[in-house]
Amino acid sequence: MKTTEMLIAGFGGQGILFSGKFLAYKGLLEELQVSWLPSYGPEMRGGTANCNVILSDTPVGSPIVTSPDVLIAMNLPSLEKYVNTVVAGGQIYVDSSLIDVKVERDDVEVFYIPATQMAKDEGISTLANMIIVGHLLENHPELSFEGVEEVVEKLVPAKKAALKELNMKALSLGKNYNK
Amino acid sequence: MAERILMKGNEAIAEAAIRAGCLHYFGYPITPQTEIAAYMAKKMPKIGGVFLQAESEIASINMVYGAAAAGMRVMTSSSSPGISLKSEGLSYIAGSDVPALVVNVQRGGPGLGGIQPSQSDYFQATKGGGHGDYRMIVLAPASVQEMASLTIKGFDLADKYCVTTMLLADGTIGQMMEPITFEDAEPTVYEKPWALTGTECKRPHNIVNSLYLKPDELEKKNFERFEKYAEIEKNEAMWEEYMMDDAEICVVAFGIASRIAKNAVAEARKEGIKVGLIRPITLWPFPTEVLKAAADKVKSFISVELSMGQMIEDVKLATECKRPVSLCNRTGGMIPTPEEVLSAIHKAEKGEF
Repeated sequence: MKTTEMLIAGFGGQGILFSGKFLAYKGLLEELQVSWLPSYGPEMRGGTANCNVILSDTPVGSPIVTSPDVLIAMNLPSLEKYVNTVVAGGQIYVDSSLIDVKVERDDVEVFYIPATQMAKDEGISTLANMIIVGHLLENHPELSFEGVEEVVEKLVPAKKAALKELNMKALSLGKNYNK
Repeated sequence: MAERILMKGNEAIAEAAIRAGCLHYFGYPITPQTEIAAYMAKKMPKIGGVFLQAESEIASINMVYGAAAAGMRVMTSSSSPGISLKSEGLSYIAGSDVPALVVNVQRGGPGLGGIQPSQSDYFQATKGGGHGDYRMIVLAPASVQEMASLTIKGFDLADKYCVTTMLLADGTIGQMMEPITFEDAEPTVYEKPWALTGTECKRPHNIVNSLYLKPDELEKKNFERFEKYAEIEKNEAMWEEYMMDDAEICVVAFGIASRIAKNAVAEARKEGIKVGLIRPITLWPFPTEVLKAAADKVKSFISVELSMGQMIEDVKLATECKRPVSLCNRTGGMIPTPEEVLSAIHKAEKGEF
């Protein structure tokens, strides 16, 4: 039995919920059991957003992630709030363009990705989230990078077809970062 | 097999309702169930159905009453405070014996409360929020798939018995996405000879009414209705058992609480604790028989709820208080963690309550 619990957190507008949806859909295509739970409470209206994604090869029990195996932190308050909830041996993905502190834990694997800056440099400033997702997929064989086109196809509405290519570009940037 | 797609629980309800042949939706928006109305608003005009956002919850439930009286498959949806407003209409619908589906995606209460998930409308749903002697069938989905399957089942039960079925969900299951499949099945059609469809001067006219000024007539009507309820109690209880075979402790939980409890039960099993779970799927009729039988085997029960303890009363009734029943709960929009449930299991194991 393998279960990966993910917590993705940041500001509203950073595509937090979309990233989660993307990972959940990728899991679905890999024939995993998945759940996706967004925050919808008053905190959403205060500008922060987070979502819980669980991928498992057995049915998902509680959809609520309290001890994530993977944390994606897209801003400092999110990192501060959740850094200590990550399980030992877990992974933390940090958007290092927006967060200039280092994680002070030595029992987790930390990936610093200047995603917001990278996205800005490439003219895809709204897709920092997908850069991080691209990098994460490389580290997760149960999801893998292969087949991401299908997920992009599913999740980007036909009306916004131009965004498909840009999403693919962001995913590849993340995949190749630090290589 | 049908394709697995990802869908929000609220959207699954709406899609399932349409597939069940519901072409009439009347509602009024409220968090955390507004996606149901949004989905209906988008879909209904395309399939010749009616989506109507009424001026209030009270108006919308009375529109449901009207459409139900005309023999239509009809539904409304709301969240806790909105259901309180609909309660008068629910009583009228029950008193008129017409079928309807009402969805409550619960949030914390009382009053305006909050918008986070809750199960504190258990009493309201199962004991009657409206006035008078009446019952509703109450279904408690625990997954997005069940949001859909129990919606379809809910319509069928409502039509079969001419009662209201309430789908009692919560904010978490409403908002979350999970894989779901829809089977291509034609909706079951029930004859409704009592419906107000126009006589065309070919038959005596039908009357749908809840007013009986002669007490003996009203009493007779109530006795008849309770014979119908007795049938439902006999035939329609649904539940799921998990690791109950050799269980010495029985956790009872429904909806989102049952999923958290399941994690805790699995954890406790790893520690060698003999614990199982009974998940009521129908809250009314309550799965009394299975709990009564469990009371002869287990040492104690734990009721896990997102309320101050409401279902626990039915657990005690069903088990005839033969065994101690403890409560593990959070409320106001808070959700217990599997660890909290596990620690309740540890206590029960030591015989502490």
